[in-house]
Amino acid sequence: MATDTPAGAPGLPGAEPTPDPSISTVERRRRVRPSRRLVPVPLAVPAAAALAFLVLPLVGLLVRAPWATLPQRLLEPEVLAALRLSLVAATLATGVCLVLGVPLAWLLARVSFPGRRLVRALVTVPLVLPPVVGGLALLLLLGRRGVIGQWLYQWFDVTIPFTTTAVVIAEAFVALPFLVIAVEGALRGIDDRYEEAAATLGASRWTTFRRVTLPLVAPGIAAGAVLCWARALGEFGATITFAGNFPGRTQTMPLSVYLLLETDPPAAIVLSLVLLAVSVGILVALREKWIGRPA
Amino acid sequence: MTTVDNQDTGPYASTPAPPDAGLRARLVVDRTTFRLDITLTVAPGEVVALLGPNGAGKTTALRALAGLTPLTDGRIDLAGRCLDDGGRTFVPPERRSVGVVFQDYLLFPHLSALENVAFGPRCQGASRAQARAIAYEWLARVGLADLASQRPRQLSGGQAQRVALARALARQPALLLLDEPLAALDARTRLDTRAELHRHLADHSGATLVVTHDPLDAFVLADRLVIIENGSVVQEGDAAAVTARPRTDYVARLVGLNLYRGRGEGHTVTLPTGLAFATADPVHGDAFVAFPPTAVALHPDPPQGSPRNTWSATVTGVTRHGDHVRVQLAGGPGEAAADVTPAAAATLRLAPGQPIWAAVKATETRAYPAG
Repeated sequence: MATDTPAGAPGLPGAEPTPDPSISTVERRRRVRPSRRLVPVPLAVPAAAALAFLVLPLVGLLVRAPWATLPQRLLEPEVLAALRLSLVAATLATGVCLVLGVPLAWLLARVSFPGRRLVRALVTVPLVLPPVVGGLALLLLLGRRGVIGQWLYQWFDVTIPFTTTAVVIAEAFVALPFLVIAVEGALRGIDDRYEEAAATLGASRWTTFRRVTLPLVAPGIAAGAVLCWARALGEFGATITFAGNFPGRTQTMPLSVYLLLETDPPAAIVLSLVLLAVSVGILVALREKWIGRPA
Repeated sequence: MTTVDNQDTGPYASTPAPPDAGLRARLVVDRTTFRLDITLTVAPGEVVALLGPNGAGKTTALRALAGLTPLTDGRIDLAGRCLDDGGRTFVPPERRSVGVVFQDYLLFPHLSALENVAFGPRCQGASRAQARAIAYEWLARVGLADLASQRPRQLSGGQAQRVALARALARQPALLLLDEPLAALDARTRLDTRAELHRHLADHSGATLVVTHDPLDAFVLADRLVIIENGSVVQEGDAAAVTARPRTDYVARLVGLNLYRGRGEGHTVTLPTGLAFATADPVHGDAFVAFPPTAVALHPDPPQGSPRNTWSATVTGVTRHGDHVRVQLAGGPGEAAADVTPAAAATLRLAPGQPIWAAVKATETRAYPAG
């Protein structure tokens, strides 16, 4: 009888030797854990659909990839040129964003000035603006007949559109908000009394920024830079509008994918796989920062 | 020379220092629901404790002196230089000769103990090597030379406190501010650290202001106490003067006395509640009566003998307090504390709500003018 009793059932103390009490406790606890309760169908079905919706396209990419010819295709000069240009441009754009964006984030987080809310709203505009519109706006500003571009052309004989510089500018334009928002959040997250302590030790605001603030927000800046780099790497709309599509000069990976889809679909899939691998790599790199954080 | 009366002279008058040395300040800071308005002087080499309950304005005063909060009005002069006059003059914190030991120390977590202490000298223009040498010397002075390369998170509370002290002193500030320097330490560490801190503060040639809510810290560390409540100074003087003659309920509680205010006529002080205290000291006019909880005797029935210092009360609380029992009473003069032995407490069967008779001998009371 005793051996047939379910582990969680109460036994009469002393009457029969109950099974190992530790096991019964574990069993009982597992039985009432929320994860074992039924998930309502109206929530379970859409949730599963959402997951499938996100994952299946990527599975499709993997299934249709020309695995056999993958190594040769990766080493084709056009692919390598596009890959190289993408990496260089995204890195340069991230550099530009760091140099300009960290001070802007500091200003937004640490200095109260009239119109700060407006400035913060303006910073987020490229985040919601269709990238094509951003590219067009850049063209109107920096094009050969643009508001600033005409002077650059007349005085210095400098033309920005349809150059690698234009790629960097277009990518920096769309990626800068990511960095500013991430770094501003990090700055607001650190205890600003460390900066007060630095001031009482005789540090000017610049010294405080350099020697106290920057080291303390370094993880936040790194995370922002990675996000910024990923956004720049995938940039398409602003780049093709402002920088055009010249192989080796302005044709980045996303542009190549789009064009190869017309002429050589397997090659497009190969490039897409590379971009997918980079994205997953970034997620793994940021795992500690966001994804790994327990709920 | 005019007569010297340490207890009751105005704050500026009591300073022994010439007007251009040390700290002279009138701090006025307006907040929406709160106004700080206090006058402070600290002579070079003197340690003054700014003592008060939470929310009294202690931290606001410290921040104003450090330059972290600008004055609304008033003036701060340190070593003959105006730092803030509530208007045009405002010297930012980095250009004041003011060192701060923050309550939670705020050691830079990304720097070693040595680099933390070297931070100040480095900002003052010392070379890296010079700054490190100065820092090492200060760490050695607080007994932490062997922990120079440790990060703050590797230090114990007491060690972190000493690093914070060394960091503030390495700039050799004309004014050293300590915000609740021992509050973050456990009781055992606090005892050792308090004694050691006292030694370092005694060595400091500049002015020192210790902000604390702990009377023991104030009594041990400071030469003089300035007690503030609700943004104003309510009493100042040395420990002996403050403990002998508290002037507010807060100070009385700090020093463990029952305190009442009434009208004195000879050896009698009549309280607003009608109760008349026979006192040992003669006093006239507005006056305080103070007596320690140990002077209060409790009886189950109206006691015979000196009836004037006797009142019927209700027990509102009974707590163990060291080796005796602290009994809170209501009624008679107002709230009162009585200390009895555990044996007496057991005999009287003390419990909240219980009526009881309290008595105080005239010889155990102290009476002094309130004006």
